[in-house]
Amino acid sequence: MSSMVEKYRNNFLKEVEANVEEGEWVKMCMQCGVCAGSCPLGKHWDHPPQEIFMMIRAGKRDEVLTSDSMWMCTSCYNCIVRCPRELPITHIMHGLANYAKRLGLAPKAQPTAWFSQVFWDNMMKKGRVNELKLGLSLYFKDGFVSGIKESLKHQKLGMNMMKAKRMSPMELFGGHGVKNAGDLQKIIKKAQEIENARIESYGK
Amino acid sequence: MADEMKIGAYICKGCGIGDRLNADQLASTATRDGKAAICQQHDFLCNEDGVKMIQADIDNEGVNRVVIAACSRRAKTEAFAFENVTLHRANLREGVIWVRPDSDDQQETTQEMADDYIRMACAEAKYSKIPESSGQQGVNKNILIVGGGVGGMTAALEASKAGYPCSIVEKTATLGGATAQLHKVIPTKAPFADPQENPVAALVAAVEADDNITVYLNSRTTNISGAPGRFAADISTESGATQTKEFGAIVQASGFTPYDANKLPEFAYGKNKDVVTQAELEALAIAANGGAIKRPSDGKEVSSVVFVQCAGQRSKKEGHLEHCSGYCCSASIKQAMYFKDQNPDVETTIMYTDLRTPGAGGENFYRSGQKKGVIFTKSVVSEVVDGANPTVKFKDLILNEEAEVEADLVVLATGMVPNSGQPTRAELTIAENEDAASAKAGEEVEIRVDVESILNLDYRQGKDVPHMANGFADSHFICFPYETQRTGIYTAGPTRRPMDAKQAMDDAMGAAMRAIGEAENAGLGRAAHPRSGDLSFPSFRKEGCTQCKRCTVECPFGAINEDEQGYPVYNESRCRRCGTCMGACPVRVISFENYSVDTVGQQLKAVDMPDEFSEKPRILILACENDAYPALDMAAQNKLEYSAFARIIPIRCLGSISLSWITDSMNSGFDGIILMGCPSGDNYQCHFVKGSGTAQERMGKVGDTLQSLSLEQERVQTYEISITDIHKVPQIINDMATTIEQIGMSPFKF
Repeated sequence: MSSMVEKYRNNFLKEVEANVEEGEWVKMCMQCGVCAGSCPLGKHWDHPPQEIFMMIRAGKRDEVLTSDSMWMCTSCYNCIVRCPRELPITHIMHGLANYAKRLGLAPKAQPTAWFSQVFWDNMMKKGRVNELKLGLSLYFKDGFVSGIKESLKHQKLGMNMMKAKRMSPMELFGGHGVKNAGDLQKIIKKAQEIENARIESYGK
Repeated sequence: MADEMKIGAYICKGCGIGDRLNADQLASTATRDGKAAICQQHDFLCNEDGVKMIQADIDNEGVNRVVIAACSRRAKTEAFAFENVTLHRANLREGVIWVRPDSDDQQETTQEMADDYIRMACAEAKYSKIPESSGQQGVNKNILIVGGGVGGMTAALEASKAGYPCSIVEKTATLGGATAQLHKVIPTKAPFADPQENPVAALVAAVEADDNITVYLNSRTTNISGAPGRFAADISTESGATQTKEFGAIVQASGFTPYDANKLPEFAYGKNKDVVTQAELEALAIAANGGAIKRPSDGKEVSSVVFVQCAGQRSKKEGHLEHCSGYCCSASIKQAMYFKDQNPDVETTIMYTDLRTPGAGGENFYRSGQKKGVIFTKSVVSEVVDGANPTVKFKDLILNEEAEVEADLVVLATGMVPNSGQPTRAELTIAENEDAASAKAGEEVEIRVDVESILNLDYRQGKDVPHMANGFADSHFICFPYETQRTGIYTAGPTRRPMDAKQAMDDAMGAAMRAIGEAENAGLGRAAHPRSGDLSFPSFRKEGCTQCKRCTVECPFGAINEDEQGYPVYNESRCRRCGTCMGACPVRVISFENYSVDTVGQQLKAVDMPDEFSEKPRILILACENDAYPALDMAAQNKLEYSAFARIIPIRCLGSISLSWITDSMNSGFDGIILMGCPSGDNYQCHFVKGSGTAQERMGKVGDTLQSLSLEQERVQTYEISITDIHKVPQIINDMATTIEQIGMSPFKF
């Protein structure tokens, strides 16, 4: 798509409007900075939402789409509540993250991006999240040795949960799922097809 | 009213006055010390019965000086409105019982306070006369409107609708002014989404259809003399033909001149034909007539345009405008829409530092621009580089980085310079003294000005209305918009403050209203606000006058001219009755019938002065009647207590204070003096513009007087009081009482 993005021109803005959920709101930002000031994780963002919106308008396509800023959003909705222009900022952040991921531009090592994928894959298998496996894959994210260390750190908690029957080691072997998981997968597949078609049509 | 003066004193016992004070003693003070011929007490003076009692004495007993010892002069003014008498109020409620505790040990000092106020009111009565008209007045309903832009035309149409004939004097060959040069205007109606049709054609048609409006094109006012109610204006055409017409009041709607973009070489203006001003873009849009706008250099259809906001504005750089012109942000949004509405693919970028879209629909219009895809970039433009396409270099303030962008066309938002005419003589003298080391202080300098006068007033103080910050015509924006320091002349539109066409039209309506009001007011010989309705006017004793010209120089309203010998010539209806001339006069020959050096001077002398060893000091407070006195009243309403040793005299303005009052009060034994006036300076709140500032200056000299009497400097203090300083005023009085305790009583008690 738009590889010929020009600075301070509308073309990247138009691309965002076409492909990003609620993207048509980006141009309405008036740069007051209330979102940046309201974000509880603001200091961990390279670019607060205010800056992201300006970067989109300035045509900084690569910087925006490869940024890990929008992946830092925890959906607390503080910015949406406070935005005087009523921009759905949280949704736009997720929309941008989603679009970047679709284009393969999302930062690979970004923990939220990685975890989202693991969560999705885990859930898609049986239609339910296998918490044991999800937890373990999180422990072993950075390799076998650190995984063992991380697991031992939480050993006591794990034993207590098993005693209280809140966790079963048997889940490691298959685990339970929803009835007719195949049907769910079909539904999701169809939804993805519809969305892809929509994206196709915008791209044109 | 040449009859014998007869004082009638009326003591009210209502509102708790009768319970707290000994009314019989007050009555005997009025008759014995105050020389009141008649003194009556009443339980409820402001009711029908009480008022009738007073009226009966006026009618039957010949009472012509009425002293009312009741509440503050600001209360019950409708009840106590008597004709053909002078009215004096001893403030026993707000001034005495409400500010003193109700206890036995305080009874003595409280009663003394009340007795003194009775003596003071009677003394004022003794030295007041009933104001008589000057004989200068007459109603003239004609309104002169200088400037034929949207403001001038609106003022004319509104005044005409109200039945006042108008004359519009326009220097160019057509009506419409700056707005006539616009393709479309900023929207004035909901939903404020799109540029609106230019209103000029409709206004011109309405003006031409109105028989009550006379239009003088290619004309200027070459001389204006007189005063409200009797202005005589010479209206001269370019060819020199002049006619003189009489007017009751004047509206000045002389508009603005666009800032000269040639002063901005950094933006390649003049070098690159594709760098234009907003005004020039309007011409391009008119030429395009709804089609694609073509750029000047090669006639190419513009596909990208950058708007540079605040070009040469809001900047302290030499030659730049310091102010925000208030309309350019909205104008740039409107102009960006010229492009976007014709072709949404045209790239439009507005580079602003602070986007300001005043007016009801401003924010909606901004949003509409954003919806249409106009890019807004918070940035500072440093340079426009000349080239086949101009390149704009700027710093993006959100992303904090330098950037540049090329465009087919660059539009500079250069702002407005008010057409407010020449500075006044005083303003010029100050400026000259500041730059030229050769000019001696106070010496009048022959001044040449390169600005043409707009009004050409035949006033001693200068040809145009005084200016305020950045050359805009002074108008009291806090309390009295449209008002200038020249009574009867009202400014409207961008000559007054930066604004767009819609605001200028609203403004013109207001100014027309004020002009009508003043034409009527002048006809009755009444003062304009803040002493609305006052019939008195200053007069001077010619034998005593030394022709020093201080009164003519210091009058904030240019009311006083000079005759050939240098004697003051008063123009009653230009006067606001502030008394600044009275305070200025070193030989004390200027007075009003109901306000003079004596009416105040005798009040302070009437105060009963206990001896040095009584431990009862006396503090004189001269309080401005506009802000400080109401603040004191409100303090009383809030039952805030202050020292029983205070004696308060309301004065018209701090500017009217005669230095003799200070020396007299020191000589008669007052231990402390407090002057309370309005804040002065750039953000002045003085109702007479310069009064409090002038007083501050004059009080600088009081130190010498005190020294010559070997008195402590702390005994005279000047404060700037706003009407809201209700908690501050009692504190100031109490602090003075404490100071006197520390430094001791004045030795001048006889």
